[in-house]
Amino acid sequence: MSKKKSEYLINRRDNQYEVVIGLEVHAQVLSESKLFSTSATKFGAEPNTQVSLVDAAFPGMLPVINEFCVKQAIKTGIGLKAKINNRSVFDRKNYFYADLPQGYQISQFKDPIVGEGKVILDMPDGQKEVGIERLHLEQDAGKSIHDLDPQNTFVDLNRSGVALMEIVSKPDLRSPDEVSAYIKKLRSIMRYLGTCDGNMQEGSLRADVNVSVRAKGAKKFGTRCEIKNVNSIKFMQMAIEYEANRQVDLIEEGKSIDQETRLFDTKKNETRSMRSKEDAHDYRYFPDPDLLPLEVSDEFINKLKNDIPELPDDKKKRFIDEFKLSPYEATILVSDIDIAKYFEEVVAKMGKNKDMKLAVNWITGELFAVLNHKNLEISQSPVSAKNLAILVNLIKNGTISGKIAKTVFEIMVDEDKDPQKIVEEKGLKQQSDPKALEALIDKIINDNREKAIEYKQGKEKLFGFFVGQAMKASGGKANPQLINEILKRKL
Amino acid sequence: MSDITRQSLSELVENIKNKKLSSTEVTTAFIARSEKSKVLNAYITEDFTSALDKAKKFDQKPNLDLKLPGIPMAVKDLFCTKGVKTTAGSKILNNFIPTYESTVTENIWKEGAILLGKLNCDEFAMGSSNETSFFGNVQNPIDKDFVPGGSSGGSASALAGQLTPITIGTDTGGSIRQPASFTGTVGLKPTYGSCSRYGIVAFASSLDQAGPMAQNVKDCALLQEVISTYDTKDSTSIDFKRNHYSKELSNNIKGKKIGIPKEYRVDGMPKEIDDLWQKGVQFVKECGAETIDISLPHTSYALPTYYIVAPAEASSNLARYDGVKYGFRAKGDNLIDMYEKTRSEGFGAEVQRRIMIGTYVLSSGYYDAYYLKAQKVRKLIKNDFDEAYKKVDAILTPSTPSSAFKIGEKTNDPVSMYLNDIFTVPVNLAGLPGISIPAGHDSRGYPLGLQIIGKAFDEQNILNIAFAMEEKINFKNKITDWWIK
Repeated sequence: MSKKKSEYLINRRDNQYEVVIGLEVHAQVLSESKLFSTSATKFGAEPNTQVSLVDAAFPGMLPVINEFCVKQAIKTGIGLKAKINNRSVFDRKNYFYADLPQGYQISQFKDPIVGEGKVILDMPDGQKEVGIERLHLEQDAGKSIHDLDPQNTFVDLNRSGVALMEIVSKPDLRSPDEVSAYIKKLRSIMRYLGTCDGNMQEGSLRADVNVSVRAKGAKKFGTRCEIKNVNSIKFMQMAIEYEANRQVDLIEEGKSIDQETRLFDTKKNETRSMRSKEDAHDYRYFPDPDLLPLEVSDEFINKLKNDIPELPDDKKKRFIDEFKLSPYEATILVSDIDIAKYFEEVVAKMGKNKDMKLAVNWITGELFAVLNHKNLEISQSPVSAKNLAILVNLIKNGTISGKIAKTVFEIMVDEDKDPQKIVEEKGLKQQSDPKALEALIDKIINDNREKAIEYKQGKEKLFGFFVGQAMKASGGKANPQLINEILKRKL
Repeated sequence: MSDITRQSLSELVENIKNKKLSSTEVTTAFIARSEKSKVLNAYITEDFTSALDKAKKFDQKPNLDLKLPGIPMAVKDLFCTKGVKTTAGSKILNNFIPTYESTVTENIWKEGAILLGKLNCDEFAMGSSNETSFFGNVQNPIDKDFVPGGSSGGSASALAGQLTPITIGTDTGGSIRQPASFTGTVGLKPTYGSCSRYGIVAFASSLDQAGPMAQNVKDCALLQEVISTYDTKDSTSIDFKRNHYSKELSNNIKGKKIGIPKEYRVDGMPKEIDDLWQKGVQFVKECGAETIDISLPHTSYALPTYYIVAPAEASSNLARYDGVKYGFRAKGDNLIDMYEKTRSEGFGAEVQRRIMIGTYVLSSGYYDAYYLKAQKVRKLIKNDFDEAYKKVDAILTPSTPSSAFKIGEKTNDPVSMYLNDIFTVPVNLAGLPGISIPAGHDSRGYPLGLQIIGKAFDEQNILNIAFAMEEKINFKNKITDWWIK
């Protein structure tokens, strides 16, 4: 059986199953204030300190749309190459819960602000297009806290009314890896646009995952289950894997799959039934009579289009064309807006005679290793882009060797200093004076006459020994190329 | 002192401005009469001490440029008033004290008026007789044991009984105009979007509109001028050019075309209502206006449409009263149990009925047949008016199909109760302004009202027609003060 390298299939006896996944991503709109009120949205504030009368649904309080959030949603839609709808409608989704003060969530049901779009994924065996079904604006609910008191539940309304974008994909995803790539790409696009910080730990990005399975090659979709509110890529992947296998097992046992909503238990690594289709809420959606339909003109949309920065796909193309990077390198460098910014600053600071390859290697090699080790984002890098650019230039123009550069870099990590100064202060400049090196090598050969003879007799391995001795004698500063040349001549 | 409470708003303003009366004197007079009128049960919350303090303060440094200088007034208990209990006539808000002020009442206080207290109303404004209030029935000053209408029953009773010189109500399906008609007073429901809904306890958001109630058209115009403002806190508030309704009030309606809709001649309408309507036609003709027979073909669908749209919105609007954040909370074994007990004990029967109707018509499988269809019919009703207004400037109809009825007479027959709103409901569905003015008496001497419906934003026009008719009608309310021993 032929199988593409990255094809994700579940095998049981002679049967192969394909997994079909669609995501409903809830992305918190990056905004100082909430969707329908002026309360702040800062993460981690004291409970119930960012709550207005509107957020707490006091009698007679009315929602007023926050124009900034509308702009953010439209920008995101543009980033997803989607159709922006000139007219959209806010609906009420009615249900009772202690952390839902209004007794309904204001959302968009029939007429969302953004229609169909697409996202391109860079997978190991090529690009993959994932369709976007829609994007709509809605309010977040508050938070119920069940573990502070044995008898009571506490409610924190800080999040109540915070603007979310629900981004619904088409059922185009086929593996946990694609889901990971999709989430990362969405996150990347929104961070480029500044419309969502994508911080999954703080809950700014979470997803409902729809999973179904079908025999490989089948056209019809299987019955899907929706796994609610998964808040990390790793958990999404684990949940999909578990859920797909559970469904396959049911089919193999000749049982049917119930369409239902499930929860992912991160401790037990399994999905559990939350409610069946029969128990599904009847949300009684209807247009919110407190709000007029949202009308946006083409002029308004076009103005926002002009503000859209270069997005990852375009930037990648430019990096390949302009800087002659490999697609792989370009993909890494554009994956996050801050990495791209850092790289571009390094490029700018390197000036005319620049070694792009060397710069890329230093960023993705040494710098990423340090960031990883110290658990830092690139925006918190201890080494500034400017100083890294100088360091790369110092290597390029032969002032220091790659090896010395690593020593210099270590110092830079501790104190973000101009590498030029470090080199000068520590006397790390490369020795490239042939006369001085010749004298140094003559002395080494003299001191190790027996080894020199052995070498001449054919023990070629000893060449390394002499290089080592020379480097040691120069304090590591000798130009390795020159050492090689001189040694070959003298021995 | 008693003659103070007989004065109209305009007279009181005049006397205060001329320093013939002080705010303290006026306030004291209305408080005294209110104290003697507890039988009417018009108030839910009295704020007399504070009112007197404010009056004294006003007199120390009177600002006589204001439109309502030191004028005391009570308001319907649907308007949130900062620091003063606001119940919406419901047990579920029996302990609720807002920390904020509705835009409409804020506008009133800014013009110098002083709050006397909060007036009784049907629970969440759902009712046509004030009998659904948790705080009990309200007596109509016209006669003992007769309803004042509803839902702004306390407002109408207090106004007719001279417990307040003017007042404000809210009108979702007739809640200002019907009680005005039942008590011989003037009540205006402005165009939807004219008065801000901010801080008014919501019943049905797409229909609710606050409006003035007064002894005469001029007072009504002045109060409308004060309360109607564009408000960015209400997304449905409309920014249109608002007139100085009282200043621009004119009885010259010569050449105006007044439509008489044939569909309002409903089956079983009492003859005295029909006679009143004919009398109204005569009056407008005498004023120099012309009447034209028109048709509003979808009128008969208005009431069923209203009783789908209004409960649907109400079922959602009232979801916030769940015992979690404020208001009444019953003890429960768990969250669901707490919800069920809180809402069963906190809401009265009529409110529960409407929540159930509303929940039903929005349910999946029924939404299209009820809610969506009702929205389509609503559009047709609005189109009827748009068509009519190509030919006429305003429309004249009776305000109600009957005069005030006895307390308890219709409480077990909700449909008969709902029929009270048959002439007023289409106006809310179309978002138009409508005014009820007292136009005559039935055989028992109870007042009957006529309604003038205008084009959207054309309050000035219907106020002018009402003003002209008022002069001709020369209505005198027959109130004997039967409740004061």
